[in-house]
This record gives sequence, structure tokens and C-alpha cells, in this order.
Amino acid sequence: MSEKNKLMSLTDAVKKFVHDGDLISLGGFSATLCPMATVHEIIRQKIKHLHIAACSNGQAVDELIGGGCVERIEIAYGGNGRFAPTCLHFRKAIEQGSLKVEDYSNYQMTLRFMAGAMGVPFLPTYSSLGTDIVNKWGFGEEYRAQDERLPLKKLVIKDNPFNRTDKIDKLVLVPALQPDVTIIHAQKADALGNVSLKGLVYSDLEQVKASKNVIVTCEEIVETDELRCNPEYNQIISFQVSAVVEVPWGAYPTAVPSYYDYDPAFLLHFYPKVAKDSIEWQKYLDEYIVGVKDRQEFLQLIGTERLDSLRADAVCGYNPELKRR
Amino acid sequence: MSEYTLQEMMAIVAAREVQKAGVDVILCGTGISTLAAVAAKKITTPDVVIFFETGAIDVEFNQMPMSLSDPRVMHGAVRLAGLAEAFALIQNQITGKKTLGILGAAQIDIYGNLNSTVIGDYFNPKVRFSGSGGACDIGSVVGQSMAFMELGKRKFVDKLDYLTTPGYLDGPGAREKVGLIGGGPQLVITNKATFRFDDLTKKMYLDSYYPGFTPEAIQEEINFAIDLSRAVEAVPPTGHELEILRTQCDPERMVLK
Repeated sequence: MSEKNKLMSLTDAVKKFVHDGDLISLGGFSATLCPMATVHEIIRQKIKHLHIAACSNGQAVDELIGGGCVERIEIAYGGNGRFAPTCLHFRKAIEQGSLKVEDYSNYQMTLRFMAGAMGVPFLPTYSSLGTDIVNKWGFGEEYRAQDERLPLKKLVIKDNPFNRTDKIDKLVLVPALQPDVTIIHAQKADALGNVSLKGLVYSDLEQVKASKNVIVTCEEIVETDELRCNPEYNQIISFQVSAVVEVPWGAYPTAVPSYYDYDPAFLLHFYPKVAKDSIEWQKYLDEYIVGVKDRQEFLQLIGTERLDSLRADAVCGYNPELKRR
Repeated sequence: MSEYTLQEMMAIVAAREVQKAGVDVILCGTGISTLAAVAAKKITTPDVVIFFETGAIDVEFNQMPMSLSDPRVMHGAVRLAGLAEAFALIQNQITGKKTLGILGAAQIDIYGNLNSTVIGDYFNPKVRFSGSGGACDIGSVVGQSMAFMELGKRKFVDKLDYLTTPGYLDGPGAREKVGLIGGGPQLVITNKATFRFDDLTKKMYLDSYYPGFTPEAIQEEINFAIDLSRAVEAVPPTGHELEILRTQCDPERMVLK
């Protein structure tokens, strides 16, 4: 076995790489490829005061907020498609004032990770000129000045220094993000941390490249030689990754293209019911997250029959027979 | 005349508008927005490319997606990229100008600005919504856009509680002054009427009202005074349009009620 082997248990990976107060970013988008197993482990380990940076991560962010782990969040979209126009814990925590939020757009959050990945302090865009994304800062200047982990400003508007016309040419500069840790779920990885993602990659790759540490959970660990057969499909390289954990069904109840579909029974019916009611929510946490030892015990509660009903068709990558209401 | 629902009317109005817009690409969200894009492709503009901000490009659906990241937008697409590439394609005005964005929001004002962030004070909100997602990006840079809205006084407001997505901001020349490069909204499609924006004032006016409604009744549901003088009764969906919409666009009736 190579010294560079990064296989470890999820418990150890979270213990080693996720700490109170860390800036963390989560891969996936809405109800696909959310790193749910790791999110549950973070809740189980009672990690607190997290600072989250995300584009449009629906389910993972919402459960982490509901689990009491998050103090502040920079985000573009706190919804989950047609499963939740606005995620329930996200909404409740902001309305109650227990979660500090800074709003950006999806492109801006992507550019912020990309700047971090490129090692430059900011990137420019034309998006949001004239809007309240520019005018209203969730993290005020004073708050930012007191915390050296935050950029001094939410964003800056600058004239294009190369402009040689009379035409107005202003750009919004958004500050780089370099998370302490990024957590993603993938289809396949090897023990060294080379990763192959299938389907849309959202901003996962920018997030990974920008991060000091990266935890990858995956459906299957494969041999490096298998990944070498299709190098153009390997988007993440071993030396970008800190920990690799094989976690089948690791994104449930969200989808993993080619492996399984999202679970509408969970997302449309079960989750809204428990997330709306604080007693029900506590029961969910106790029974499904804190009260189980690991992912395997959680999956036993969901049941084999339910999981089998989500298995993806080999051709289309989802389950066309799935009941989606 | 065929019987139809107001939701079907909205999708057909949008499909016709895509043809009128003469664009190569439709950038859409989920729900009625996807349904409208599919209706455009199946009924009025078969060559148009359906594009999602997640990076799914030239999508062909067998089933309606539940989100922009649904595996159903991936299978059969011509390209699967990521957010960085998707937004670059619309910010770059070579391709951005060829694109029509479809938006939606909780509130809209007379200049077509949209709010999908909060009701009440941003720092102490009464209701918190999802936030921009890609809407602000789309409204900032695409060549043309349209918005789906539900008509009502709480939706068509004098002043937005938060300006998430830029329309014409505070009037003529405002987009240019702040440096926005995209084209601004063309059409607002509601459950009872459609609205466009005056070339000179950039203010919303009543463009058409659906059969069974009157301009005066539409004004009653809007919090600001709008010009009713140019309004015509909208042409209802034809039997042919309805048949394709029901049998080919959303046979599972995931969006159609």
C-alpha cells in the first residue's frame, strides 16, 4: 500500500479535518451529489460555529443548519428546487436571527472559489451592478474588520483599467475564498484521492482546488489503473485531496447520477414535516443522526426496499419509474 | 374553442414569445419555466437550445426535472459543464446576446426589477426566500429575458423589499449608467395578463389580457398605476398547441395542474 493512501473512516476524516469555526464548502447542487454522510457525521460530532460558503447546495446546507452546526453562511441560493422553494432551516434560522447570512449570486460564488483556486485575491464580473447584492452587506464593514478571516469588503466596484472608450465600463470584483475544508461526494475515487465525477460538476472543482483540505466520499473505490483508462474524466488529482472514504449511498436522499435517484418520499413528504416542527426535528436528529453509529445504521433505518426503489437505470442514469410526487 | 387552464395559457404565451425573440438559446429554471422552454422547442422553435445554469446544455428531456441539477437534465444533453462555464457563456456578449433568460420572483416593480431574497427588512426579514441563485447573473447579462409572475398586489409592488435581479433599475439609461451589459426584461407573463416595457420610459404597461379578464380588473391587482391603452385580448392556445403541450411536453403532469 502506498504511503500516500488516504483511505480512512468518515469519523476519522471529520475528526481530523473539520473543526469548530472552520470555513467549509460543500459540493453538489440542490438535490444532487450532496455529501450527506459527511454532513451527518459533522452533526454527530457536534461541530459548531461553522462558516459555510456555497453556491446552491440545498439539502446538505439545510440539515447542517438544522443540526446547529452553522454560525454564518455566504450563499447564492438557499432553496432545493421544487422540493423546497426556500430550505426550511435556512429560512427559519435567518428569520430568527440565529444565522448570519451574506448574499451573492451563483456566478459570484463560483468566481470566488475560482479566484481561490487560481491563487489570486479576486475576480471581476458584470453581474449584480445596480442591485442590493452590491448595496446591502450581511456582514458589515465593522464586523469584517474585526475578523481577520473575512475579506474587508463584500465586493468592490472598479472601472475597467483597460477601457479606452467613453463608454462606462464598471466591474464588480468579488473576493477569493479558500475554505479550510471542502466536502464532496463523487461516484468513483481511488485510494490516493484521484476522483472521477460523472454528470454535472457544478462548482465542485473550483471548491476543491481552492481548499486547504478536501474530504471526498464516494460510491466506489476503484484501482488507479481503472481511472487511467479515461484520464479526461478524472477532474480531481490525488494531491488536492486529504481524505477518501468509501460510502455507498453517501449522498442519499439526494441523487448520484448513474447510481441512484433522489428520494421524493424523503424530500417532498418526510423532510418538510420534520423540519417544520422543532419536536419532530429533534426526534429526527436523535433517531437518524446522533442516535446512529454510522452511515450503515442510518441506511438500515431507511431500509433496503426503499433504497432499491431509487436505483438508477444504466442508460439514463436515474430511475424513470420513480414515483415523484 | 378548446378549454384550457391559465397555466397552459402562460406556457403557450412564453413559447410564442421565444419565437418572436429570435434567440438561439433559452436559459431556464424549473417548473413553469422548463415547461415553457420545452413548449417552445416542441411547438414554435424546434432548433432552440435549452440551457441550464448548472451547465447542462442542449438538453432533451424525457421527464420534467425537479431541480436544475436533476439527473433528468443530464441524460441526452449535448454538453455537461459546470457553473463557471455556463455563466461565462452568458456574460460573454458574443453568446450572451443570443440568449433569452426565463426568470421568476416573489416581487416585481414597474421597471421589471425582481426580488427573490426577502420580504421586510433585509437585516431583520419577515420572510426569507432562497436568494438570487443565478437570477441576478441572468438579469445582469443576457440579451433578453422574460419573467413568470403571479398577479397580485403583494407581488406587483411600488418598491421592492430587496432588489435581487436588475430590470431597468430606476428608469431610462439606468442600466447603462451603472454598467450593466445585458438587455433587460422584455415580457412579464402572469396568470391573467402579460406586460411589456415602454421603449422611452422603461415603465411596465399592459400588453395583453387573457380572455375572461378586463384591463381594469388587471389594474386592480397591481400596486402601481400602469398604462392600459395598448392592451389587446390575448389569443388563446389553439387545439394543436394544447395537444402538444399536454401529450409531449409534460405527459406525467409534473408541472401541469
